[in-house]
Amino acid sequence: MIRLEGIQRVFQVGDQQVHALRDIDLSIGAGEYLSIMGPSGSGKSTLLNLIGLLDRPSAGIYRLDGGDVTGLSDEEQARVRREKIGFVFQFFHLIPRLSAAANIELPLLLAGVPAAQRKTRVDQLIVDFGLTGRETHRPDQLSGGQRQRVAIARATVMEPSVILADEPTGNLDRATGQEVMNILEGLAASGVTLLLVTHDPEIGHRASRKLRMVDGGIVADERASS
Amino acid sequence: MNTADVLRFASFSLTGARTRTLLMILAMAIGVAAVVVLTALGEGARRYVVGQFSSLGTHLLIVFPGRSETTGNPGMLLGETPRDLTLDDALMLTRSRAIRRIAPLTVGSALVTTHRRSRETPVLGSTAEMLEVRKMSMGQGQFLPGGDPRLASPVCVLGDTVRKELFGNQPAVGEWLRIGDRRFRVIGVLAAQGQSMGFDTDELVIVPVASAQMLFNTSSLFRILIEARGRESIEKAKQDALEILARRHDGEKDVTVVTQDAILATFDRILRALTLAVAGIAAISLSVAGILIMNVMLIAVSQRRQEIGLLKAIGAAPAQIRALFFAEAAVLSFAGALAGLALGLLGSFIIGRIYPVLPSVPPWWAVVAAFSTALLTGILFSVAPARRASRLDPVESLARH
Ligand SMILES: Nc1ncnc2c1ncn2[C@@H]1O[C@H](COP(=O)(O)OP(=O)(O)O)[C@@H](O)[C@H]1O
Ligand SMILES: [Mg+2]
Repeated sequence: MIRLEGIQRVFQVGDQQVHALRDIDLSIGAGEYLSIMGPSGSGKSTLLNLIGLLDRPSAGIYRLDGGDVTGLSDEEQARVRREKIGFVFQFFHLIPRLSAAANIELPLLLAGVPAAQRKTRVDQLIVDFGLTGRETHRPDQLSGGQRQRVAIARATVMEPSVILADEPTGNLDRATGQEVMNILEGLAASGVTLLLVTHDPEIGHRASRKLRMVDGGIVADERASS
Repeated sequence: MNTADVLRFASFSLTGARTRTLLMILAMAIGVAAVVVLTALGEGARRYVVGQFSSLGTHLLIVFPGRSETTGNPGMLLGETPRDLTLDDALMLTRSRAIRRIAPLTVGSALVTTHRRSRETPVLGSTAEMLEVRKMSMGQGQFLPGGDPRLASPVCVLGDTVRKELFGNQPAVGEWLRIGDRRFRVIGVLAAQGQSMGFDTDELVIVPVASAQMLFNTSSLFRILIEARGRESIEKAKQDALEILARRHDGEKDVTVVTQDAILATFDRILRALTLAVAGIAAISLSVAGILIMNVMLIAVSQRRQEIGLLKAIGAAPAQIRALFFAEAAVLSFAGALAGLALGLLGSFIIGRIYPVLPSVPPWWAVVAAFSTALLTGILFSVAPARRASRLDPVESLARH
């Protein structure tokens, strides 16, 4: 469902060109659970941002669900993002003045889902993600693990087919990280395509497919034999 | 995303930064209040002046001796004095079909005495017509009798203040008094009506014009008041008056006729222009508020880069981001305009209390204009911030700074 062909991403820094991604060919099937590891600066985040349509490649073609999404307008890309993709970030990126429930509700709001449906959906996720009793709390009143659970709930509220998680446990201690991983793997098990960037080999090795990146290229692509 | 949701989200953002929001509302409110109060004052002055003129009577023309300076009069330059207006001149004017009635005026000042008190008082000589021409009303008794205005008659009508000062609580009608060295009988008292364009009728004593001319030993008139038949005959009445008087003065056009409408229109124009001018100055403070809003919004955009990046990541289209910032500006300006309106109306009310003669109610157009200008500037000046927000690169915005 995700096909990258000859993808390049070049940043212009002053008069220097930085090749963040070099000639990436990658195809990911629906429902795959894939981890991306590699040293800092190897292009992992850039790859994820491209797949999530937050960034455009300098060259190459990106097909999502069969259609070429490389040339879509900003408005059309926003729509694809809204309907098919959920992001989870290292630093949560919750809106500080909104309650946990309001943060989770946000994508539904942007999609114009009616209020009654929004409430049902948010209430369900609050129960599913063990956030009962915290729905009216603001982010600064939540622990790191709780914040990341709110962020994951927000990423899944639109029921996207792809979840992109960029070091989701990078800012959490091991125990809470474990909790968060359980939730993400639960989503993967339910058929969502999960792309997980991580520095932690222990977490990375749990994925059924492991990519290794170095200097903007994919140097290893292993599938666990099951 | 529907409008209500956009507005709710925007209001949340605003309440999240309370001090900033209050400051912007205040700036907006001061601008709007300034427009409302200043136009209320200007409009009050205009209505005051118009009211003063209107109380003179309707379709009024005033004739006075001498050519008006604007037309230029070589005779005046040569030191020639214009010919006096006489009672016969005045009576001749009634021949014009455009003129309904006339009232000749002679004025002077004389000592008025009763057996108990005396008082120096302006004395006005006129005819029975004056009551109608000047739209005055009687408090007690009669006004001057009709009949040949060339005949003197020892009767007088008192202004209300004069009556009070000379007779106190005693009845005045039927009593005799002295004006200068002549005896007059009081036949009526004017209803109290106060000031109108410098003529305080309450302070006057009115006698038949022939009696006044004898009192002051003159055969000339101070003014002739003319009432035209209707609004549309005012111009005709003016032409006729000029013509009739020129014929009587050997072809010399040595009188000036001004119409009340012309004076009124001039004042009206001047004061309207004044009101507009102050409104314009006040509107500048509104645009200052607009610029302030723009700057604060631009700061808000850079402070909220992460939030904007996130909104994009979860699927907000550029148009939606713009709508959110527009909505913030709109909510802000609306609140500011509302507060300013309240402030302005309160201010006008207080001014009205302090200066009751000034009807200081802001004109409706100023209220509408102030309100919509506030909304418009707020939204207009948020175009740039909203565009900047919608164009932010989400990847960069989400990066930790
Ligand atoms: N906006 C940018 N401008 C310039 N260079 C960038 C930008 N974003 C990323 N890069 C460069 O691209 C390379 C890959 O970055 P990134 O994808 O963030 O790496 P990783 O996530 O693997 O640590 C790095 O060399 C980084 O400096
Ligand atoms: Mg990274």
